Amino acid sequence: MADGPVAQLLLQRLEGGDGGLDSLELASALGLEHQVVVGAVKSLQALGEVIEAELRSTQRWELTPEGQETAQDGSHEARVFHSLPPEGLVQSELMKLPSGKVGFSKAMSNKWIRVDKNVPGGPRVFRAVDSVEDLVQAKLQLVQDGEAERLSEKERNELKKRKLLSEVTLKTYWVSKGSAFSTSISKQEAELSPEMISSGSWRDVKFKAYNFSAKGVIPEGGHLHPLMKVRTQFRQIFLEMGFTEMPTDNFIESSFWNFDALFQPQQHPARDQHDTFFLKDPAEALDFPMDYLQRVKLTHSQGGYGSQGYKYDWKLEEARKNLLRTHTTAASARALYRLAQQKPFSPAKYFSIDRVFRNETLDATHLAEFHQIEGVVADYGLTLGHLMGILKEFFTKLGITNVRFKPAYNPYTEPSMEIFSYHQGLKKWVEVGNSGVFRPEMLLPMGLPEGVSVIAWGLSLERPTMIKYGISNIRELVGHKVNLQMVYDSPLCRLDT
Amino acid sequence: MPTVSVKRDLLFRALGRTYTDEEFDELCFEFGLELDEITSEKEIISKEQGDERAEGASDVILYKIDVPANRYDLLCLEGLVRGLQVFKERIKAPRYKRIKPNNGQIQRLIIMEETAEVRPYAVAAVLRNIKFSRARYDSFIELQEKLHQNICRRRALVAIGTHDLDTISGPFTYTAKPPSDIKFRALTQTKEHTACELMDLYKTDNHLKHFLHIIENKPLYPVIYDSNGVVLSMPPIINGDHSKITLKTRNVFIECTGTDLTKAKIVLDVIVTMFSEYCEKQFTVEAAEVIYPDGKSYTYPELAYRKEMVKADLINKQIGISETPANLAKLLTRMYLKSEVIGDGNQIEIEIPPTRADIIHACDIVEDAAIAYGYNNIQMTIPKTYTIANQLPLNKLTELLRHDLAAAGFTEALTFALCSQEDIADKLGMDISATKAVHIANPKTAEFQVARTTLLPGLLKTIAANRKMPLPLKLFEISDIVLKDSSRDVGARNHRHLCAVYYNKNPGFEVIHGLLDRIMQLLDVPFGEDKGYVIKAAEGPKMYVFCTLCPSLLIGRGLCFLPWSMC
Repeated sequence: MADGPVAQLLLQRLEGGDGGLDSLELASALGLEHQVVVGAVKSLQALGEVIEAELRSTQRWELTPEGQETAQDGSHEARVFHSLPPEGLVQSELMKLPSGKVGFSKAMSNKWIRVDKNVPGGPRVFRAVDSVEDLVQAKLQLVQDGEAERLSEKERNELKKRKLLSEVTLKTYWVSKGSAFSTSISKQEAELSPEMISSGSWRDVKFKAYNFSAKGVIPEGGHLHPLMKVRTQFRQIFLEMGFTEMPTDNFIESSFWNFDALFQPQQHPARDQHDTFFLKDPAEALDFPMDYLQRVKLTHSQGGYGSQGYKYDWKLEEARKNLLRTHTTAASARALYRLAQQKPFSPAKYFSIDRVFRNETLDATHLAEFHQIEGVVADYGLTLGHLMGILKEFFTKLGITNVRFKPAYNPYTEPSMEIFSYHQGLKKWVEVGNSGVFRPEMLLPMGLPEGVSVIAWGLSLERPTMIKYGISNIRELVGHKVNLQMVYDSPLCRLDT
Repeated sequence: MPTVSVKRDLLFRALGRTYTDEEFDELCFEFGLELDEITSEKEIISKEQGDERAEGASDVILYKIDVPANRYDLLCLEGLVRGLQVFKERIKAPRYKRIKPNNGQIQRLIIMEETAEVRPYAVAAVLRNIKFSRARYDSFIELQEKLHQNICRRRALVAIGTHDLDTISGPFTYTAKPPSDIKFRALTQTKEHTACELMDLYKTDNHLKHFLHIIENKPLYPVIYDSNGVVLSMPPIINGDHSKITLKTRNVFIECTGTDLTKAKIVLDVIVTMFSEYCEKQFTVEAAEVIYPDGKSYTYPELAYRKEMVKADLINKQIGISETPANLAKLLTRMYLKSEVIGDGNQIEIEIPPTRADIIHACDIVEDAAIAYGYNNIQMTIPKTYTIANQLPLNKLTELLRHDLAAAGFTEALTFALCSQEDIADKLGMDISATKAVHIANPKTAEFQVARTTLLPGLLKTIAANRKMPLPLKLFEISDIVLKDSSRDVGARNHRHLCAVYYNKNPGFEVIHGLLDRIMQLLDVPFGEDKGYVIKAAEGPKMYVFCTLCPSLLIGRGLCFLPWSMC
């Protein structure tokens, strides 16, 4: 309403006066709400250089609704005091008064009242002094009279804590003439209408300038979860590199596929109750490829395939124990076993991204379940150099170009290497993944031909996602405590930028 | 991964040079160790118990070094130093020798058949004329502790007892007795206790209480006596006070008892190889004889050196390098695996010392050659493996649907696969026995009692945790649930589910109904009785979804298209 009456009045006052005027003062001079004047200022601003408006903010103390009530009727404690007759009042009755609860405890701490518990009919409250001075009310009245500065900071804060006072920031404008100042301003149109086009009036109409400092209307729509967006990108990377997705549709796995098939001995600490969720129902797996299981048993207990073995008494009961898989490598073992049954052997590249479970102590970066990303290549003549080469390509696609490799130990890979990347923010090398060449003791019992090597690597999906989206507590990312606003606001996942 | 904490200055003195923290970190990285933390006793105490408690504690710098879980020979200062010095070719790997006692009187440990049911194996050895200092003694104790925690699996597989041999006299008897019949003064105790009393006493001992379960419910407890009836130890719990070793001890009798003989032998080998360094005849260990109930006798420690032959070609091919056999032998020798080229010049003979129990296959040798060569010196190449990529059809469909559900205005949730029984049963007005849920045997809290059988509880909990958000909330999730299934080898399988929830002040049944119609449209399933889908009213709690997390809120009528498998 650039040509609204208030804007017009404002312009007239500006023309008459010298210098400028304050929006709040103008509002009280005109007997208007301040917001109405602010609206006029803003509409004039939108016209360009007609006026100049400088935003000023001042702090002011105001009474809350409860504070206003207190200023008028006295504090809760005073009201409690005054409502006590000389013969006292049963405490439970007192508590029913509107000011009862708050007033009672304040009046008690002021020692204005006392409670006698040994009275028939329940504890009774009596006045403890003859008269009281209601300082809270007096202070609030001062504020009401615009003399808040006469209270000390401490007094103000106490009243604020009791929610009787609040500090408000008042934003006012100091308005002065702009370079294109004029009291006669023409009406501006906000939008182009079909009528304007058909009549041709749009040629003569002045259009309001767009306000680019305000945000537009965010389109309505749903949002994908950031962790799943990152998952999509990892799938994409594997697909670009020619990897085929492995089935991982069994959170429940037998110890056999989760550990034994990977040549992880039955006494390995990972097989402890402390680290792994075992199942009560169904407690045991019943069906195994028995000839393969026999080969696994022999390799563990006596060795073979060029191995010394672990030389212990391998037990079928232990292998039968069902658990929540601790890694998707269990699914990889099944995939490799299936590959080994295909004759003749043909090379394979596999990947999977799915949930795994650990019975671990939980903290800001560890949950009992997380997603594992795994890549596997099986072919004749693969070398450690191939593993490093493929890892370099993989991490380059993630936007990680500076990697190096550290010797490591995994029960089912040898050689094994951890992948480190230089973190610019932390100024140090951080581990970004784990990898290795599967042990022959794992591959040969499956029936894979001698000479076939299988290289593999794994990492978690959560960690790169937390880094990507700047999330420090994993509970804000995964699970029901997720902050949906974060999901709404999260940008696209482009890993290589 | 075990962490070994060593005093920095002591370490540098033993290494014969100093390093900056960065240099040492780099050396660790190259060798496959990790310098995890640089700290001091004072700092540790102040971090754990506050500055006041740390007052007066030592501020000697400690290096905390992460050691690979299979390298038991690196679990103490002595082993770390030896490994690094050999790696840097500053010393030659020492050769460990088992010798007979000077006087010809070999120490004997006789195993009685009573041990068979509780802890059947034992091995033993003697460190003769050893010299302890405070630092050596501490390291000796610390190594036993580290071995107990790792390879010994918290003493369940193997337990170590070390004794001042001059306070006891053989032959020793390893037997098992009812706990009430065992009575002795245990380490640090002031008087004698029966085994029953000791077990009670240790229930409140922060360290020992973790080991009690190993023998607690056995009718007979293992115990070792000397020829005068002195108790050496009651494995795997505690040693006797009588034979305890001190800084002055010169001759140490070591016994390892256990349920896994291979591991007991490894543990004994590690201890004696590490600490025979301080014996008068360096790196020699006095043999002991162990006699089994069947009369068979074995001499320990084994200290076996094993020879392996590996072709140089194989090493080169597996790593992707082309070093001469001589160079490869040199690399392996740096990894404590003395190697030489033999035969036609392509064979390498590698000697596996008793310290390297982790070497069980040629691939372990290949890895060591690669470490010595330097992982980061290996030329990276891309494998020529040519394959065509395929997606799992179910995952491909999931990806497509997710995007269209978001386009339909629904936001994706990601909830836990594990939850409480209450979540999937009581709160949904169902009985747990009707759910076909799989149950977890060892959950630490109720949050991990079962795997979810429906996605709904997770979505409802997501809403409950986001009640500050402006309405309406429209959520979906496509993920797996788990049901028992006797046709699968493990007796259970995943099912891919889709679940969506509309949450507003008014029920808005038509919204969720419309989403279902949209999903069917996306899946190209027409509406109608013949070849398409129809919606039928269901009886029971399914039609009404009542959220017990916020009982005041009626979520509204739910359209239940669960369970609905997408495949």
